[in-house]
Amino acid sequence: MKKSHIFGIIIIAVAVMVIVSTAGDASTYVSFGEAQELAEKGNANMIHVVGALKKDEQGQPVGIQTSPDMLSFSFIMVDQNNLEQEVIYNQPMPMDFLRSEQVVVVGSYKKNKFIADKILMKCPSKYQENEIKVGEVR
Amino acid sequence: MIHTFVGNLGHFLVITAFVSVLISAFSYWKAQRSDEIAKPSWLSYARIAFYIHGASVFGIVASLFYIINSHYFEYHYAWSHSSAELPVYYQIATFWNGQEGSFLLWAFWHVILGAILINTNKFWEAPIMAVFAAVQAFLLSMILGVVIFNVKFGSSPFILLREAMNAPIFQLNPDFVPKDGSGLNPLLQNYWMVIHPPTLFLGFATTIIPFVYCMAGLWIGKYKEWVRPALPWALFSAVTLGIGILMGAYWAYETLNFGGYWNWDPVENAIYVPWLVLVAAIHTMITFKKSNNALKASMVLSIATFILVLYATFLTRSGILGDSSVHSFTDLGLSGQLLVYLLTFTVLSVWLLAKTWSKIPTSEEEVSTYSREFWIFMGAATLCVMAFQVIIPTSIPVWNAIVELFGGISNVAPPADQVAFYSKWQIWLAVILALLSGTGQFFWWKKVDKQKLKESLFYPAVISLLASGIIIVVAKVTEPAYILLLTAGIYSIVANGKILFSLLKTSPKLAGGAVAHIGIAMMLVGVLFSSGYSRIISLNNTGMIWNKDFPEEMNTKNLLLFQHETVQMGDYSLNYKGLRKEIDGFPGYVSTSAIEAFGDAYRVVARKDIEWKGKKYFSEGDTLVLDNPENSFFEIEYSKSDGKKFTLYPRFQINESMGMQVYSPDIKRTLTSDLYTHVRTFPDPESETEWGEMEEVTVKVGETFFVNDFVARVQGIERITEIPQVTLGLEDVAIKARIVISGADEDYIVEPIYLIKDRMIGLIPEEVKDVASKITFLNVHPESNSFTFGINTTQKEWVILEAVVKPYINVLWTGTLIMVLGFAMAIRRRYVEFIKMRDKGQEE
Repeated sequence: MKKSHIFGIIIIAVAVMVIVSTAGDASTYVSFGEAQELAEKGNANMIHVVGALKKDEQGQPVGIQTSPDMLSFSFIMVDQNNLEQEVIYNQPMPMDFLRSEQVVVVGSYKKNKFIADKILMKCPSKYQENEIKVGEVR
Repeated sequence: MIHTFVGNLGHFLVITAFVSVLISAFSYWKAQRSDEIAKPSWLSYARIAFYIHGASVFGIVASLFYIINSHYFEYHYAWSHSSAELPVYYQIATFWNGQEGSFLLWAFWHVILGAILINTNKFWEAPIMAVFAAVQAFLLSMILGVVIFNVKFGSSPFILLREAMNAPIFQLNPDFVPKDGSGLNPLLQNYWMVIHPPTLFLGFATTIIPFVYCMAGLWIGKYKEWVRPALPWALFSAVTLGIGILMGAYWAYETLNFGGYWNWDPVENAIYVPWLVLVAAIHTMITFKKSNNALKASMVLSIATFILVLYATFLTRSGILGDSSVHSFTDLGLSGQLLVYLLTFTVLSVWLLAKTWSKIPTSEEEVSTYSREFWIFMGAATLCVMAFQVIIPTSIPVWNAIVELFGGISNVAPPADQVAFYSKWQIWLAVILALLSGTGQFFWWKKVDKQKLKESLFYPAVISLLASGIIIVVAKVTEPAYILLLTAGIYSIVANGKILFSLLKTSPKLAGGAVAHIGIAMMLVGVLFSSGYSRIISLNNTGMIWNKDFPEEMNTKNLLLFQHETVQMGDYSLNYKGLRKEIDGFPGYVSTSAIEAFGDAYRVVARKDIEWKGKKYFSEGDTLVLDNPENSFFEIEYSKSDGKKFTLYPRFQINESMGMQVYSPDIKRTLTSDLYTHVRTFPDPESETEWGEMEEVTVKVGETFFVNDFVARVQGIERITEIPQVTLGLEDVAIKARIVISGADEDYIVEPIYLIKDRMIGLIPEEVKDVASKITFLNVHPESNSFTFGINTTQKEWVILEAVVKPYINVLWTGTLIMVLGFAMAIRRRYVEFIKMRDKGQEE
């Protein structure tokens, strides 16, 4: 066998490993229900859940608890199947959090609580220019 | 009034530019295919068309900048990206803030590069410029903004606001012009945003040159000759793109708050991948020049680089990345057009390559393990594996889209911890790369056999093992992967250093490769320490966990600082001193308590004399101009136990019209490490303050009392005749007390007002945030010449911050500069070679 053939085989092997590793480490978008099932089966992989904050009739978020030192907080999130879940986040609450329209939490279940590792938010006014201020600006 | 002329001119020039570049592409194509008699006329026709195109592009750029600079907010582009108060240098940043402007920047570079190609290389002009102009036509079509058969082609930067938006105001008044624009995203108000995008786009634009040479070579059957003129451009492209990427990394480090310079964000990955492939292409091209090997690889990699740049463009601009990236552009509905652009050149190049594949000369000779070709080829392959490992996960959203296109459901998300995911692969590949770059250099300069190799590798190996051993012990490197990367990196520095040393004596002009490799190896070592050993020092050591549901391993990584309360953090004690502003013409920062709003965003009034280092800059009552009302700074003082002190000013920016709030870090730089501090959050300025119960004190002028544990003194009482927003009648009386509260570092002035208007008593209290209090002027007692004040207190102001130490980050930045120097030397060498050959008449 020529050296270049061995070389080619090695490269192909590494490429296959890359794909396998990507497939193995890729996360998934799921609902809280599916996430819970996964956790019960002992799958502790991090997953993505898309949803929104639970809000009352006036549109005010409810069920938000902040730690006394303000360094962490928990909130109630409603996923796309309308399932509610308390989510705990070990970081201070971002300033736009209460205004967010949609949140994506990345994390996993630990003892029936969803522990978020990362929160991605979509805020209504960010990057959207659908409103013109008619009044005097300056 | 709506200024329609400049917009119409701009749009006309866009169409002219598009048509003329099509004509140019066609004429160059004809020129290549016609005989010697017809060729010159087609060529001159093509050249004229290209210059008309170039002039039109310059005109488009000028028109768009004129619109931004004149604050014509009737134009959508100016309105959505700029504002009336934006200084000129940020207006430049505004220019390429939108998709259209950045396409325009790219097209602008293409014009300049095209003109250089036309004037430097006559032999290749026709075939390369035919491809070049065709690419440029696709690029121009992105900003065309015309509708043909109900299909929109491109998004014009010259559309008016009323055309872009269906706001009700335009039905009432079609000539309505907004007074101000939305402004520039605070994140982009940074000097790096003035120079990073043009550099990066010059890098993008130059990747076309090796591509067009390769395509032209395949087309006209000059399978080998294209490499010579393509190589210096490939080097230039790689260094420009590299600088552009690192400028972006440095901007992210200084401005964004994720705590580093590289986050494996899809937008970063999308451009890292073509850069790796381009560097691989350079290596195979150099191999080919030396030995006739690796020609096919050079072709594939040069084409792949350009196609990957188009793919990156598609990823970042089509909206397909959606939520998975922080800084992809907004979707302009160009995805279809971008896809056609990408697929056209992919299919064209693959077809051309496949058609000519069997005719491309190859070397049948088996490559020896002791040849430089073998080692360089391994290096290029490693670079390609690195690129492949990054592009596959980055393409997950594309995969989902394809599955959904065929009716399936795919819910694959990118890896949850992207930094850990990419790092665990890239670190091992980087080890291989460093080892190859160290060893490969020995083969480069002379033919070596086993024995010679052992001899020349002996000392570098011993020196690097010793050096890494010492560093591993001193810096306490324990992670196996880190130990290997460090050793490999040092080995590469030592081995290349040895080569450099011997070259400096004989032929220093050829040392570019060795220098660039030393730079890269230093960058690897710098990344290893600054990222691998980045240490959060703002840990919560109290051991208190409020929620028992938290898993054990969760440590709180942030620190809560109340204003004026000292908190210990590692070797430092921290004190949050308050909120600061920047004033025009003042070297330091000014406390927000020392200034008072004036009814307009930019101007404020000094409440007391403002000094800096003993020199008085402003007197009480002066009107001051804020540098930027969107910016506020948190003054954080760090003191060490030995009494050394320094202050950091992490920033907070707010853009109300965009609803954006942005925190940026401040960095204390020392030779060996950076201390990176950023504020995570602070009390929402719009939230209502909850006041405690009022406490009353009755005092005379000059007497002291306590306000929230601070000593306060009534300095004086005066009658005033003007109060903002209140009209005083002849019978009305208003008096103002001036109270001075002595803080640790500065005095705070509070001026509550007692008012009798229309025989009614009015009280205008004043808040002083720095002492978390509000003082109300409650009563006047003329009989005892004393006054009663009410004092309410609230929670002190606070910030939550994160502080991170980044060791040896300067090794990374120094390595970058050395790499750039190495590239510059290599480009110079190849350019001189080209000139010599051209002057001898050997160059085709």
